[in-house]
Amino acid sequence: MRDPVRFLRRVAVAAALACAPLAAHAETPVKGGTLTAIIQPEPPMLVMGLNQQAPTQTVAGKIYESLLTYNFDLSPRPSLAKSWEVSADGLTYTFRLQEGVKWHDGAPFSAEDVLFSFKTFLPETHPRARALFGRAESIEAPDAATVVIKLKEPFPAFLQAFEVSTTPIMPKHVYEGTDFRANPKNATPIGTGPFMLDKWEKGSYIRLVANPHYWQAGKPYLKDIYFKIIPDAASRALALENGDVMQSQYNDIEPFDVARLAKLPNLTMTKKGYEFVAPLMWLELNTRVAPLDDKRFRQAMMFAIDREFVRDKIWFGLGRVATGPINSVTKYYDPNVPKYPYDPKKAIALLDEMGLKPGANGVRATIKFLPLPYGETWQRLGEYVKQALGKVGVAVELESTDAAGWGKREANWDFDVTGNFLYQYADPSIGVSRTYLSSNIRKGVMFSNTMGYANPEVDRLFEAAAKENDAAKRQEMYSQVQKLIVEDVPVAWMLEMEFPTLLNTRVHDAVTTAIGVNETYADAWVSPK
Amino acid sequence: MLRFLLNRLAKAAVVLGVVVVLNFLLIHAAPGDPATVMAGEAGAADQMFVDQLRKQFGLDRPLHVQLGTYVSHILQGDLGFSFRQQRPVADLLLDRLPATVVLTLSAFTLALAGGIALGLLAAVNVGKWADSAITVVALLSYATPIYWVGLMLVLVFSVNLGWLPAFGYESIGAGHAGLARMGDIARHMILPVATLGLFYMAVYTRMTRASALEVSSMDFVKTARAKGQSEWRIVTRHVLRNAILPVLTVAGVQAGQLIGGSILVETVFAWPGLGRLTFDAVLQRDYQVLLGVFFVTSVLVVAFNIVTDVLYVLVDPRVEIAK
Repeated sequence: MRDPVRFLRRVAVAAALACAPLAAHAETPVKGGTLTAIIQPEPPMLVMGLNQQAPTQTVAGKIYESLLTYNFDLSPRPSLAKSWEVSADGLTYTFRLQEGVKWHDGAPFSAEDVLFSFKTFLPETHPRARALFGRAESIEAPDAATVVIKLKEPFPAFLQAFEVSTTPIMPKHVYEGTDFRANPKNATPIGTGPFMLDKWEKGSYIRLVANPHYWQAGKPYLKDIYFKIIPDAASRALALENGDVMQSQYNDIEPFDVARLAKLPNLTMTKKGYEFVAPLMWLELNTRVAPLDDKRFRQAMMFAIDREFVRDKIWFGLGRVATGPINSVTKYYDPNVPKYPYDPKKAIALLDEMGLKPGANGVRATIKFLPLPYGETWQRLGEYVKQALGKVGVAVELESTDAAGWGKREANWDFDVTGNFLYQYADPSIGVSRTYLSSNIRKGVMFSNTMGYANPEVDRLFEAAAKENDAAKRQEMYSQVQKLIVEDVPVAWMLEMEFPTLLNTRVHDAVTTAIGVNETYADAWVSPK
Repeated sequence: MLRFLLNRLAKAAVVLGVVVVLNFLLIHAAPGDPATVMAGEAGAADQMFVDQLRKQFGLDRPLHVQLGTYVSHILQGDLGFSFRQQRPVADLLLDRLPATVVLTLSAFTLALAGGIALGLLAAVNVGKWADSAITVVALLSYATPIYWVGLMLVLVFSVNLGWLPAFGYESIGAGHAGLARMGDIARHMILPVATLGLFYMAVYTRMTRASALEVSSMDFVKTARAKGQSEWRIVTRHVLRNAILPVLTVAGVQAGQLIGGSILVETVFAWPGLGRLTFDAVLQRDYQVLLGVFFVTSVLVVAFNIVTDVLYVLVDPRVEIAK
């Protein structure tokens, strides 16, 4: 040790650096800050029971609450329910509610509101909630602070259904006996959450202010939140860069800009907070159309597409290469499935085996690809797929449309191949099976089994697993079903998408659960400049 | 003059009637509808959800019935109700109109005044360095996409220099009032107005220059010069007055188009105007809002054309009023 002083100084610096994150974490929340966040596109309304678009969830998630919310590992934690229990037979769910909760208009919250939401409002307006509560035999309130739900048959995923976008609790006193969609109060949403709508300048911004009567004493810490509507992606990046806004989420920032922004001294980036939705991206393959009706052709597509290239060069490293139908952060994921590494030779061998020989122009088959019209990155995916499949002799014609046209074509099976991504909602029986069950082949319905895929064994396993209370047995069934589906390739899985949440370094405790930016933000705070 | 105006108004009414019907049919010919869009945005939808929305939006009725309802509402001055935004269309338009009017009128005034002045300057100095400089700058401004110009201005004046706000109509949450608020809005206007104005200024510069050069070679200009009139008087009284006619015609048509052109600028600068409302409504197939915007812009274009015709008569006495 030639210079002990220098050595000690280095140790001291290293120790200080090591402790810095802890120290930052241990900082006491400061009350009264203002958070500014991007919101894009502008939500059509802020009544969570009537609209569950992603931006609606982000804003209205601060106005409304549900019974539970979820840790990053998807285990439930209290929200409007302070405790809960599930009977041994998996049929009865009992929730005990928080006390002293009030609606924004001062009316008291009770089990009656929960009953109204679960039995009347949500089954009428909310497709996901409708499917969930269709499984209930009875929903009752033995007293003002307890709700008991009895299911017709076991459905262990039920406990994953109580986050705010799936089952927002709606005020009975505001909506009972009215036309929910036409209720004039929809303009001023009334929830139990830590923030209330103060002002909505359409096309410009939404301001939420702290709820002074929030049931968690001393919270929220923020005085108000401004959601600024910035329609252009480049302008959004600039706004984050120069500090005009402090938060972006989901697809607000184009993937090619994320790494640059994340390195700026005034910004931090986290990919956490999307575990609940766990988006999985794929190419949807219409299995009714030749040559996509042949499993070997679909497998050849998997071998011909370099999905690491898709992740690294098109999504700029945001995401993980998907192995199959279940996202690795969703429950019951199993990595032990047939693998499709990038191997154009295997793709060519499969196409040869099918008898698809190249013609004089080198083309074996021609298919059409309809990219998801969600911006440049998805367009690049289309261009890459055209190039990659072209190398194995499959010509790809790119089509184009806008979101409305895409929705109509996807729902009505009017495509050969299209890009898509779906949320998994924590459990395969909620967000995964819907894509592959033959009972969900429903023309005119988006995000159903639009590929026309039918495998009786897959149907049987999904249906049995949904009712199985024993987690080990469930895992076994889901492992089997993953192997079968990956072998059949009804969709060509690309990436488990990762959304970046960029936050100004002054923002603290924003992303604390598996629903990330859709959380109430009761705990979030902003340190003074 | 009164008969002339009545004649023009009658024709305008016919044009508007045709436009209303065509707008309606065109919008409904686009694939998808508001219910499809909202189902897609919800991320999970069933048939009941889509059917409920279609019923609520009135899309479950035959097209001719929907058209009949729409036309009868328009005749009563009712622009309809946006179910997506849960507000009357007239309210939505009125909310957004001031921002667009402020933006487009300022840009239009800048473009017209600047364009005519620069065009004349170039014509007077034809072949000299001032002419070359103006021509090159005008060509560049015309050829560069508005979108890119906007972003570059933001990058330079907002991100790098920090002089001007990058986007928005005013500082949100700053609590400005009165004069301070006006000043704040003015600061926010500089970049979008410059972006939108530059493009149109280039058009008017080139038109004025060409037109002024053509007029300068005419006999009456030579006569004026022979009479020994000052160059200033020749340019302002003889050249400008004649050269400005084609510029006014184009400006009249473009005044309406400016609202369309502002879509890009409003998007880049997050300007809460009609252009953005239109853009969003197209993507969301918000039929009622789109029909409302198209109707209002059609009325504006027709109105601007009538104003141009009147101006023409006033500027050029040779133009006869239709008998």
